[in-house]
Amino acid sequence: MADNSENIEKRPDPRRHPKPNTLASNEPPTTGHEWDGIREYDNPMPRWWVWIFIITIVWSVGYWVAYPAWPGIQSSTAGLLGYSSRANVATEIAEFEASNDQFFAQLVTTELDEIRDNDELQRFAVNAGGAVFRAQCSQCHGTGGAGVQASGFPNLLNDEWLWGGTMEDIHQTIRYGIRNEDHFDARWSEMPAFGRDGLLDDAEIDQVVNFVLSLSGADHDARLAALGQEHYEINCASCHMDDGSGDYFTGAPALNTQVWLYGGTPEAIRESIYNSRFGVMPGFADRLRDAEIRAVAAYVHQLGGGQ
Amino acid sequence: MGLLDHHKKIETHATLLLVLSFLVVTIGGIVQIVPLFYLDNTIEKVEGMRPYSPLEIKGREIYLREGCYNCHSQMIRPMRDEVERYGHYSLAAESMYDHPFQWGSKRTGPDLARLGGRYSDDWHVQHMIDPQSVVPESIMPSYGFMMNRELTRQDAEHVRDIMRVYQILGHPYTDEMMEKAVDDFFAQVDEFGDPVAERYPGAQQRNFDGQDGRVTEMDAIIAYMQMLGTLVDFDTFVPDASR
Repeated sequence: MADNSENIEKRPDPRRHPKPNTLASNEPPTTGHEWDGIREYDNPMPRWWVWIFIITIVWSVGYWVAYPAWPGIQSSTAGLLGYSSRANVATEIAEFEASNDQFFAQLVTTELDEIRDNDELQRFAVNAGGAVFRAQCSQCHGTGGAGVQASGFPNLLNDEWLWGGTMEDIHQTIRYGIRNEDHFDARWSEMPAFGRDGLLDDAEIDQVVNFVLSLSGADHDARLAALGQEHYEINCASCHMDDGSGDYFTGAPALNTQVWLYGGTPEAIRESIYNSRFGVMPGFADRLRDAEIRAVAAYVHQLGGGQ
Repeated sequence: MGLLDHHKKIETHATLLLVLSFLVVTIGGIVQIVPLFYLDNTIEKVEGMRPYSPLEIKGREIYLREGCYNCHSQMIRPMRDEVERYGHYSLAAESMYDHPFQWGSKRTGPDLARLGGRYSDDWHVQHMIDPQSVVPESIMPSYGFMMNRELTRQDAEHVRDIMRVYQILGHPYTDEMMEKAVDDFFAQVDEFGDPVAERYPGAQQRNFDGQDGRVTEMDAIIAYMQMLGTLVDFDTFVPDASR
């Protein structure tokens, strides 16, 4: 150990320890401390740093006066600016309401079909309606309006409609909903559960499934389909029509297209015929303002399939 | 320079430096924190707040266990965009029975402070089993296993123990609530059971997960989600804008 420490003292690393006499003679004073031959310069702090330090202290005094700061016995000082995040958000919302009011008023007074003739109003309706749609409707119909495939949540982007796709129809659907018990004017229809209620036996249902598949040109058993045609005409055609084009009045989906509300597989169609389906949509008459409902109608109408 | 010279004594005396810096931090802490406990404009009494019902506590425990707070906040800030999307901004009093509070600081998913009543139970069940089936762009994992995790009497008794701790923390659970804790736990999933709302005003009581004859974690988590942010009635309560 003794040898080692001697060696280190004899050969200091020249890069780390310049010889004392190579230092400039006009070096700044030191703090007077010395640790193992290391001394600490006592340089003044950089001027810019000191100034910023002083400015922050002065700034804080101004801040105390301007903003809520000092606690008292009952409450704290309110500050000269009267800052309050709650008041701010209330003011901001009121401002936007005020600037939107003229459009909302215009939406209510304009005929539904004429909204799109007014470019400015249509632009407002589509944006406002889109915002409401994303908050209220997107949970079931998807953020972009594509619905949820094969789950009974309809796609709003195509030109297939269950209850009609005119502005008037869409508005009515949004306002009162479908098959809910909250609104007297809700759209209502109920397909019989042909299997569960014993209206058709299993073999007959198989035949109808194949006939329904044949309507849209999907793979099917031609022999069974031919047998199913008669059952279809007796039981289904009154709502779904002879050619399977569906009926807006009863909300009966078209069966002769590639669009399927609950899936187009033989199993899904069989389930629809056996147990029926009963898709419900809430009405928004109590949740949204009239103008908002009309805006959503305008938004949905322009998504792609509006009639 | 006289005073500054004394500073040298502090700087060169480790123990003295420690004691004095502790003193400075203490004073700073007292000035900043203590007024919040008594100032009128930081304490706002709010109608409608009540402690959680036993089943809601279980749901909250599941919420914590699964780390829902890692992606979901429960704190609507007073900003226009948040108020328009989520509803009325959160009040401090709405977290008064949350230990610990679930404000969170990160939103990978949406804020849940006012989730209650926004969706149907069916929607929640489907969403928990397969989130992408109803929200295709969602990256939330599936929690379908909750449908199969049955809750037993032991779970209910554990919740009663939690309530006992909450009592120590000052939650106003009455003797009657404690006595009926286990019964209430199971009654809340039975529409025709003893009405839980008598003890917990506004408590919703029904079969949340739609499974007959089974009380599962899905019941508890949906019961919890359906009451979030619903206790304060903002039709009658107008928050003081100066607070």
